[in-house]
Amino acid sequence: MSYLELSHVQKSFGIVKVVHDFNMSINEGEFVSFLGPSGCGKTTVLRMIAGFESVTGGTITIGGVNQNGLKPNKRNIGMVFQAYALFPNMTVAENVAFGLKVAGTSKAEIEDRVKEMLDLISLGHLADRYPYQMSGGQQQRVALARALANKPKVLLLDEPLSALDAKIRVSLREEIRLIQRKLGITTIFVTHDQEEALSISDRIVVMNAGIADQIGTPSDIYNRPATRFVAGFVGTLNILEAKVENREAATVRVAGRSINIPPANLNGAGDGAAITVALRPEALSLSKTPSSDVALDGRVTSVNFLGSVIRTRMDVEGQQVSFDMFNNPGLQPPQIGEIATAHFKASDVLVIPN
Amino acid sequence: MTAKKFWSWLAVFVAAFYFIVPLLATLEFSMRMRRGTYSFDAYRSVFADDRFASTFSYSVVMALITIVVGALLIVPTAYWVRLRMPYLRPVVEFVTLLPLVVPAIVIIFGYLRLYNSSSWLPLTNTDMGANALLVFGFMTMSLPYMYRAVDTAMRTIDVAVLTEAAESLGASWPTILFRCIFPNVLTGVLSGAFITFAIAVGEFTMPSLLNRPAFGPYLALIGANKAYEPPALAMIAFAMTWVSIILINITTRLQKGAAGAR
Ligand SMILES: Nc1ncnc2c1ncn2[C@@H]1O[C@H](COP(=O)(O)OP(=O)(O)OP(=O)(O)O)[C@@H](O)[C@H]1O
Ligand SMILES: [Mg+2]
Repeated sequence: MSYLELSHVQKSFGIVKVVHDFNMSINEGEFVSFLGPSGCGKTTVLRMIAGFESVTGGTITIGGVNQNGLKPNKRNIGMVFQAYALFPNMTVAENVAFGLKVAGTSKAEIEDRVKEMLDLISLGHLADRYPYQMSGGQQQRVALARALANKPKVLLLDEPLSALDAKIRVSLREEIRLIQRKLGITTIFVTHDQEEALSISDRIVVMNAGIADQIGTPSDIYNRPATRFVAGFVGTLNILEAKVENREAATVRVAGRSINIPPANLNGAGDGAAITVALRPEALSLSKTPSSDVALDGRVTSVNFLGSVIRTRMDVEGQQVSFDMFNNPGLQPPQIGEIATAHFKASDVLVIPN
Repeated sequence: MTAKKFWSWLAVFVAAFYFIVPLLATLEFSMRMRRGTYSFDAYRSVFADDRFASTFSYSVVMALITIVVGALLIVPTAYWVRLRMPYLRPVVEFVTLLPLVVPAIVIIFGYLRLYNSSSWLPLTNTDMGANALLVFGFMTMSLPYMYRAVDTAMRTIDVAVLTEAAESLGASWPTILFRCIFPNVLTGVLSGAFITFAIAVGEFTMPSLLNRPAFGPYLALIGANKAYEPPALAMIAFAMTWVSIILINITTRLQKGAAGAR
């Protein structure tokens, strides 16, 4: 049953249309990420849900209640900002208690709830600190506790981890997900970090220029990108230009050789039509396995050691192809300038709708 | 000592002379009331005069009212301009600077013309009305300092984000203003308050033209009629100024504990 519903939501600032036609329904307790490049309208959609911006068109409903025209302080939506936004004049406990106090909760109840929230983020021992006495990661956890204290209907997080360093970012995102699961709260998480979105979301909305290009599970988004933009933005796909040779015979010409792609995957492209295909780096390998039926020869142009994997880039008839192989101390990685052969399965080729 | 250092120190000494010598001379003169020996007779005489206590306390009360009313007017204004009408900033800044170029006497003549006993709002007819006019006048004169102090304090917090955080937690406008914004700009309000205090306590033109029993006119009266008391009063005023500045410093430091050191 859909809980948070955005239907035909639009937003213009003056004559500039920032959000075009945004449709989405989110289930109760779902964790959804908005992923997209800077300026694509992620924050704007979030702010419309929170009520900080009015919609230019369309409706937003939560639990069947139309939110249009409802003031932000009447929506009971928890919000976590990139800049933490803790009240500098209040202690950690007072920050968490703020929303409860405003709601007129009794003193004893506030005390219990604050303690519960601080235990949830494991910061009970810092209740009397002021924000400036804490690290960024701690402040952001307090901001999370503050947003959750009022048992909001929806939790919105706008790039909550962007200001933190890499290690904390990973541990905090897992903590956020854990807390979200525990409370079962419907959550929207805005990020422009694809790894972040892929690792913690139930579903991801990939946004591009004010439009939701694709909505799907992380595996959907990564393995079956619906548009060329999604394919390019999520992961590090190899994008290759190709041409349909013979639709009936299911042959497509890629990088100077014919490969077999079932006609059903061709999205109706006829004989001779130019199409775009994609290959994930992990679909290619240097060694030939029984199932890999296509080989690409190319000159190695770069070799990057990334720890557990080695990413090799080669030039195949003018098109760049990169692939990953697991680091194996017994194996000599390819050398720059040598000719290498990469193998892949024709069934791993993704055809991107143009 | 390099030549450069020598000239720097010389400049410091000249400036110190310029400020300290007249001060010492005033102090010395104020203590010469009793012939042949130094004494605090002049100070005793000042404190013995009932009018000193009554005018001074009147001015202090007026100053405090000015500070409260001024803060209630200026903090929300500066907040609103920052949050919703940033395009109005230049206009507001210009308006707040006007009292620096328009003399107090012009302002007060304007008031007297608008609110005299034969106008449709005869504020000058009653004591309360005249007091109100005086507070308005003080507020106008302290506007350039108060507004700037508050606005600078506001720059150190992210007004927009704090407002939205409070709003999403269910807070209404008065709550946001008094619980989330005011406490964080208190340093600014306080430094503005002390300048306002100094202006209000020492001001002569406005209370004298409004015929108010304030400290400024009393100072002028004593100055015209006595010899040793005026320098004693000047020294008292000087001491109070320093107490104010020290208070500003202390409160600023206390604020750091409460509102965060940035
Ligand atoms: N108040 C506003 N007035 C005018 N234009 C705005 C306003 N707010 C946002 N925009 C424009 O809307 C577009 C989308 O902005 P938005 O902040 O939603 O992007 P975003 O996806 O959150 O980007 P980022 O990842 O950089 O935060 C941008 O081009 C921005 O310039
Ligand atoms: Mg944004």
